[in-house]
Amino acid sequence: MINLQPYENPGYFVLLVVALLPAIIIRLNGRRSHWYETLVSFVFLFLMFDGRKWTQGVALIGYTIWQFAIVALYLRYRTKKDSPNKFSVFFWSVVLAIAPLTVVKFTPLFDHGRSSIVGFLGISYLTFKTVGMIMETRDGFIKDFHPVKFLQFLLFMPTISSGPIDRYRRFEKDYDRTLDREQYLDLFGKGIDRLFLGFFYKFILGYGFGTMLLPNLQRQAMQARGGFLDFSWPLIGVMYCYSMYLFFDFAGYSLFAIGISNLMGVETPKNFNYPWISHNIKDFWNRWHMTLSFWFRDYIYMRFVFFIMKHKWIKSRVTIANLGYLLLFLIMGIWHGETWYYITYGIFHATVMICTDAWIRWKKKHEGLLPHNWFTHAVAILLTFNTICFSFLIFSGFLDRLWFH
Amino acid sequence: MAVKDTVLDILSDLTGSDEVKENLDTDLFKSGLLDSMGTVQLLLELQSQLGVNVPVSEFDRTQWDTPNKIIAKVEQMQQQ
Repeated sequence: MINLQPYENPGYFVLLVVALLPAIIIRLNGRRSHWYETLVSFVFLFLMFDGRKWTQGVALIGYTIWQFAIVALYLRYRTKKDSPNKFSVFFWSVVLAIAPLTVVKFTPLFDHGRSSIVGFLGISYLTFKTVGMIMETRDGFIKDFHPVKFLQFLLFMPTISSGPIDRYRRFEKDYDRTLDREQYLDLFGKGIDRLFLGFFYKFILGYGFGTMLLPNLQRQAMQARGGFLDFSWPLIGVMYCYSMYLFFDFAGYSLFAIGISNLMGVETPKNFNYPWISHNIKDFWNRWHMTLSFWFRDYIYMRFVFFIMKHKWIKSRVTIANLGYLLLFLIMGIWHGETWYYITYGIFHATVMICTDAWIRWKKKHEGLLPHNWFTHAVAILLTFNTICFSFLIFSGFLDRLWFH
Repeated sequence: MAVKDTVLDILSDLTGSDEVKENLDTDLFKSGLLDSMGTVQLLLELQSQLGVNVPVSEFDRTQWDTPNKIIAKVEQMQQQ
């Protein structure tokens, strides 16, 4: 049986674009065909989860029913007349919505590394979407449940496996509108550009760094073990090479997902905005895996800070902010997986955030003491770049192999 | 305009700088004057001083990134 994993090889694009061709032609005529685009999405979702992946397909169906029920029920509760809008109902809705993901994330830890039967490719990204919906429903911004639009949003084919994470209200606008020929041509052009840039990123640069260079450097670093912390020059090479691979591979994938969305008239938000020119770690998180970091910012960090400040549980703003960073990055670390290196990666980023805030406060207090010019800016970029690459060395798990295997 | 002055006072208080009063089109986020923490404080101050209730969900950075935009938003929300 044919099974096609998304964006795996150039052949996938040929099939996908050919399948989308009628939809593109319809859109070039200033119209749209939801049912045809849905049909293409359905076929490609089917091909993603059939054959040897059929158990994942079953898990996806079960998961979809589960989330559909939670979001529908919570919306009904929240929009009925004089809804009490209780915190407990909101809380349990979120808990139920993240329950499948929690099971999937913790199963390997308790079951000797085996993966859970309720898991499937993309479960995290779908969970981010529904939890976001529940939060916005609580705030009163999502006011009605539209079953078809909910499913279109949740199962949007181009982004199902690894995002970018869209938001319901934004997606709904794109889904409902009909672009005229001119507008669609513009979006179509952007989409094609993104696909080609994505090819260059993922299949050339990502492949070069990840498949051609990285294994060699890793082998050399393994052979050079024995010194202080097993440090060696090839290890430095692994650090930079892995960082480049991580960026080009994931940014390339994201460009594919956004490009295909564009062909379908949807402007999925971008995931990367020149992260390597960040001048500090806060700037970096506004430029790297943006839809994920904005999700964590808006739905965890800001809500945590808002809650604590509103109830005046902690006085010091600095303490609240720092606790928020720890919470956010610990959750992010655990979400990546329960290994020492993901958790360390989270704590490392939280620490750098806390130090950066302290540094910014110090600079504000001593204004004029440090010049701001191209040189200090370049130093800031260089420092940030190296800090990030170091964090990715932790993230890569290579240190685990280097030290313990 | 009471709203305008109140918002600007809150902003200069939060950012610790008068820049927000001098240039009402400063990009608060790009310039680093406001971050997520500052944003939450802004929302809480708007609530307590002006009585406008802005949930975190409503806060789309692109619509709240300059003093002028914030003033317009708050005025619009007060009229509702």
